[in-house]
Amino acid sequence: MSRPLTLHHQDTLEAHPDTRVPDPHQDVFSTTTFGFWVYLMTDCLLFATFFVTFAVFHDRTFGGPSPKDLFDLKTVFIETMVLLFSSVACGLALLSSLKLEKTKVIIWMAVAFLLGASFVAIELKEFTHLVHEGNSWERSAFLSSFFTLVGTHGLHVSVGLLWLMVMMFQVFWMGITALTFRRLSVFSMFWHFLDLIWIFIFTFVYLMGMV
Amino acid sequence: MFGRLTTEAFFHEPSQNGAVAGMVIMGALLLILITWTARWKWLWKEWITTVDPKRIGVMYIVVVLIMFAKGFADALMMRLQQFLSVGDSSGFISASHFQEIFSAHGTTMIFFVGMGVIFGLMNLIIPLQIGARDVAFPFLNALGFWLFASGGLLTLISLAIGKFSTAGWLAYPPLSGIEYSPGVGVDYWIWAVQIAGIGSTIAGINFLVTIMKMRCPGMTYMKMPIFTWSCLCAVVLIILAFPVLTATLVLLTLDRYLDMHFFTSYGDGNPMMYVNLIWAWGHPEVYILILPIFGVFSEIVPTFSEKRLFGYASMVWALIMITILSYLVWLHHFFTMGASPYVNSFFGIMTILIAIPTGVKIFNWLFTKFRGRVHFTSPMLWFFAFVLNFTVAGMTGILLSAPPVDYQVHNSLFLIAHFHGMVIGGVLFGFFAGFTYWFPKFTGFFLDEKLNLYAFWCWFLGFLVAFMPLYMLGFMGATRRLDHYEASTGWHPIFAVVAFGACIILCGALIQFFGLFWSIKIRKRNWDHSGGDPWNARTLEWSIPSPPPIYNFAIIPTVDQRDPLWAIKRGQAPKTEKIYEDIHLPVNTPIGLYIGMFATIFGFAMTWHIFWLAILSLSGIITTAIIRLSLRDKHETISADEVKKMETLQNRNEPL
Repeated sequence: MSRPLTLHHQDTLEAHPDTRVPDPHQDVFSTTTFGFWVYLMTDCLLFATFFVTFAVFHDRTFGGPSPKDLFDLKTVFIETMVLLFSSVACGLALLSSLKLEKTKVIIWMAVAFLLGASFVAIELKEFTHLVHEGNSWERSAFLSSFFTLVGTHGLHVSVGLLWLMVMMFQVFWMGITALTFRRLSVFSMFWHFLDLIWIFIFTFVYLMGMV
Repeated sequence: MFGRLTTEAFFHEPSQNGAVAGMVIMGALLLILITWTARWKWLWKEWITTVDPKRIGVMYIVVVLIMFAKGFADALMMRLQQFLSVGDSSGFISASHFQEIFSAHGTTMIFFVGMGVIFGLMNLIIPLQIGARDVAFPFLNALGFWLFASGGLLTLISLAIGKFSTAGWLAYPPLSGIEYSPGVGVDYWIWAVQIAGIGSTIAGINFLVTIMKMRCPGMTYMKMPIFTWSCLCAVVLIILAFPVLTATLVLLTLDRYLDMHFFTSYGDGNPMMYVNLIWAWGHPEVYILILPIFGVFSEIVPTFSEKRLFGYASMVWALIMITILSYLVWLHHFFTMGASPYVNSFFGIMTILIAIPTGVKIFNWLFTKFRGRVHFTSPMLWFFAFVLNFTVAGMTGILLSAPPVDYQVHNSLFLIAHFHGMVIGGVLFGFFAGFTYWFPKFTGFFLDEKLNLYAFWCWFLGFLVAFMPLYMLGFMGATRRLDHYEASTGWHPIFAVVAFGACIILCGALIQFFGLFWSIKIRKRNWDHSGGDPWNARTLEWSIPSPPPIYNFAIIPTVDQRDPLWAIKRGQAPKTEKIYEDIHLPVNTPIGLYIGMFATIFGFAMTWHIFWLAILSLSGIITTAIIRLSLRDKHETISADEVKKMETLQNRNEPL
């Protein structure tokens, strides 16, 4: 059962006859992952634009509160850890899928899901807190750019959660095939990418906002 | 219940009512014609659900023709208004409708004609040129098309229901902000462009991966045809530029819908931030449109000169230089913003530098013809007209790149003449050349050459008459977007000439539309009997029958040099064995269409603030996507025997 698989030749494996019949000139796994890398680069530019906007507007507070008055580093640190451990769980799911251990894959995906969901919950709580204190996105250009940048990341995580949920069902029904493995690898790229973006948000928005 | 949508939205001024009636009648006639000829099933099975890039390419061109007709009608109305509206006369269009027209004209021509032309050509040509059977992501390719079409449809809907934006084709704030444009116009613009823009990003990713991953054996980067090279550079630009557009539009949307303060004049926002961001997309966009056209001419000139392209390597490096430099010049669109002289000089110099690689390309084409055997076919005539127009418009561009000069002619008709020289004389003429050149490849017959020539002369002369006087008007102080001026300015005679020029262009466009249908009607007379290579061309797409079979290549070619077909014809190519194999192709799917339809509804609902419908259509998009992702990839197989049978049939090449 636990036959070792070579990552980059998923499609040519006889073990998975149920997937697309490979064309000799197309390697589906490498094409898809490369294509997804390119997509991530476009997403990266989307975030880059929001980062630039934040950089331009971070001190334009219109007489309202500045980053120092608003952020609580302790919460943000917990948020960061939760998201990073969600990525660890996602990585473990991928490792288990290499060993074709279906149950373990689903368990680790569920862990990744729960951690990701708690991240979104903490973020939403932070946002509601800000809005309740009268510091919503309508207050100043700084707060507009803050909510947009951090909110876009949160939206990405939420979409990721939906994706994770759909994939848990897929792994459950289809098992670990070249198809589900491919989607799992692509998802893990997405999840790690969001981590990376968060590290930048943590540094540029929260840490640098405190100094 | 219906948000801001009331019956008022359906009432317009007379000139617009005419356009709406025309559009509805044309649409109804089309539907009746399809029903009459019982073509629905055929349309659904062969076209609407297709994932074949050749078919998708044709559909892009069809959308382009429709949108071109609309954008061109806008242009004619503006020129007519400027001819009539002097002194006491106020013309036949109100000022606010005039603003809608110029906003719609720019949006339509850049997003739905220009981009459609580029993606249409990419879909049709790239897989054939690189010896591939398909693109990397056939479904995403179809999805990209349907999002593009959805944005176009939203623009057309804005004509009949409510108003389009009056804030110009790039919707600069604070004018486009909620305070100064509280109506639905800017929202229509935002969603039409946003949806089409996301489609462009998706299509761009698909073609980048296709070019990088699916070239046939032996086709290294420096053996790729120049058209494919130019498309590679263009898709790199698309991938780096379109996300910036998406983000910028999101910010404007948030300003308008959630009262944020990015570009407002209060709340510490900054409208110039928008102008910077939009041009960080907008300038690369200009090169996204023109680079593939450079590629088209790099295919046409060697073919009709019977000589290999002069300076292949320098062509490639020129493309790469243009790609890089196009990111360093965005500020030249707003020198008058008032940045410091150091900033303005930097961007001025960068702009001047772009002339160098562009000049390299022009000289390479001219040297390709030198001592070649030049055939004066219509694609070649378009090329000559292109060189003339592009050089003139390029030189005036160099004038504009000097900040002091730019301060004098900023936003004047001089600028309009400059960039229409690039877009019409460059992109459009290049598209016409490519359309004529590749037409027999996809249909099996030629466009009627005599009509081609008539259309060419109308366009070429009409363009000179319609746009050269604008340089003069610009120097005389006429600004763009002018719906009325005083007789004492003395501009009236020149505007009359310009309007006359527009009519000559109209003749050219009508001849082309007629020529297309006429050529289809008399196709037996113009049938290509050469077995797929009517022009004695050099690249792989001409090595297979016309029209190409669904799998493009029965046997994937192996190449070892730049002009592989030329090598085959000279007996210098490596011999490939004729062993047929089973071919796997993706099956058709309507999901791209469904997502496109939901996107149209979403855009419409957001525009009119019908939020329940927006949520419904958004969940429609998500559900459809999940359904798509839950299905296994399905493929149909064409067995080796069938391939063999189809190949022998195709090679007989008889008129249909």
